Amino acid sequence: MEVLFAVLIGALTAAGVYLCCLRQVFPVVLGLSLLSYATNLFVFVAGRLTLGAPPIWEEGVTRFADPLPQALVLTAIVISFGMTALLVVLAIRARFEAGAERSDAPAVTERPEVER
Amino acid sequence: MAHLPVLPVLIPAVIAAVMVALTRQDVVLARVLAFASAAAQLAVAFLLLAAVREGEVLVYRLGDWPVPYGIALVADRLSAAMVLLTAAVGAVLLFHAVCAWDRRGRHFHPLFQFQLMGIHGAFLTGDFFNLFVFFEVMLIASYGLMVHGGGAARLTNAMQYMVVNLIGSTLFLFAVALVYNAAGTLNFADLALRVPTVPASDRGILMAGGVLLCVVFLLKAAVVPLQFWLPGAYGHAPGVAAALFALLSKVGAYALLRFALVGLGWASLTALEPLAWLTLLVGALGVLAAPTLGVLAGFAAIASIGVLFVGLAGAEAARLGAGLYYLVHSTLTGAALFVLADLVRSARRKEGDAVLGGQDFAGRALLGAGFFLTAIAAVGLPPLSGFVGKLALLRSIPLEGGAGAASWAFVLVTSFLLLLGLSRAGSRVFWKTQGDEAVATRGLEAGGVAALALLLAGTFAWSLAAEPALAYFTRAAEALLEPGVYVQAVTGAGVFR
Repeated sequence: MEVLFAVLIGALTAAGVYLCCLRQVFPVVLGLSLLSYATNLFVFVAGRLTLGAPPIWEEGVTRFADPLPQALVLTAIVISFGMTALLVVLAIRARFEAGAERSDAPAVTERPEVER
Repeated sequence: MAHLPVLPVLIPAVIAAVMVALTRQDVVLARVLAFASAAAQLAVAFLLLAAVREGEVLVYRLGDWPVPYGIALVADRLSAAMVLLTAAVGAVLLFHAVCAWDRRGRHFHPLFQFQLMGIHGAFLTGDFFNLFVFFEVMLIASYGLMVHGGGAARLTNAMQYMVVNLIGSTLFLFAVALVYNAAGTLNFADLALRVPTVPASDRGILMAGGVLLCVVFLLKAAVVPLQFWLPGAYGHAPGVAAALFALLSKVGAYALLRFALVGLGWASLTALEPLAWLTLLVGALGVLAAPTLGVLAGFAAIASIGVLFVGLAGAEAARLGAGLYYLVHSTLTGAALFVLADLVRSARRKEGDAVLGGQDFAGRALLGAGFFLTAIAAVGLPPLSGFVGKLALLRSIPLEGGAGAASWAFVLVTSFLLLLGLSRAGSRVFWKTQGDEAVATRGLEAGGVAALALLLAGTFAWSLAAEPALAYFTRAAEALLEPGVYVQAVTGAGVFR
């Protein structure tokens, strides 16, 4: 079980980092999604892996799963979902306005063409 | 008054929700609400400061759950001062926002309120997962403000800013999970109690998580080598948003202090001193080479982060206190530089804020004087507070030993480089002009000038208030170095709310 989880998280992270290093927007978005999956799994196992145990303390129950990481993961999932959506929208707008789909396109020297 | 610590978070959150519901078309109502919110936040921040001035630690348990099970908001000297700074800068920048920026796109005011909510929350929270949530509130609002008004260069720079920060958030979560795994808590005070009892087999995990979290905070604070994202992103952001972002990097520095000194119980951040030197150098060289005033303001912000970290890297309360005094100064000055760059950008039709001479423009004398004063503050010349801050900082660093001497050398040499860079930029933009006046003018934005004047008045008042302010921050620094009172107040059963 531990080995399976470790390999899974490792593979997701490696793929995510690789995609983030590509300099086009779409792979970067995918890479960030993979990284956030890896993070969620990682946070999830931060309270140790337990099988078939209730996530709540009760009189007489000696084996229970840590409920806190599960709550954290829920928050993290919502946030990363929102962020990915925002990033995609931004990427589409940048594509239409700048005509560039490389994430490293502009140089700092450019002056912004501000709509006034 | 028992609910005082939660109000700085609650007020902007409620106002922002009301704005989203009611003011989609009505920008006047949004402005009225924004000013009302700013006034309320300032009042609350003053009350909070008055309540903790004598060293009390206010603990607010959300839902009345006992610490470590619930989330606690904690207000002590340092966080109350930071909340007041945020409220003040937010209120001043509203004057700039209402003269043009809030009509260049939708939802400016709700985003602005959410931004303030996130910053207040990050300063007040006593729990590092909650800190993550407030960081995200802050960042989502900043993404919205950064692309406000649109434009190709702004969008592409915002993309990079967003990707960098998303990777930062990923690392943040990894680090939180590691620390939780080893210590079993998310509360700073509870962590301080548990760190000494962590078994040797889990120490490595704790340290890996702790250092990773510090790296994330250094990324937010834009310390070299993690500063690449700042000049482009801030330089191209709408002026008023960039000025507000001067606060964001301070949140990183604050969180680093809170986590490393209180939570992990480190004696000091001395290891960061070489990074602080490099940050100073990179910022100053960037100011020398900056092509536009916006980018110049970004590099000046990096240089000021360098000075700040020279202070924070100390192990003595006096040095940390001087660094915190400089933090307030650098926020005011950084915001003033961004406001000024934006005013120049809107006054010059052709050249914008490029560091180039060009046609004469209306308000050149006024903006030039403003730039002169801002530059004095940024370089650290008397009588403005940059001088007092750098003087107090250098006086607290003993000259003997390699590190002390190097700190002195870096602070002084980079001050000279800053002077050079800012003089070059100012004389090019404001003196190298030709042609008739009123040919290329667009007129000055009165609100922006008012915001600039208020920020400069703030740095002047800050230098007048130097003695009590330095004493206040020195005591705040003592509380960071000896966090016993904080830990007891948060975890102890005696104090309620």
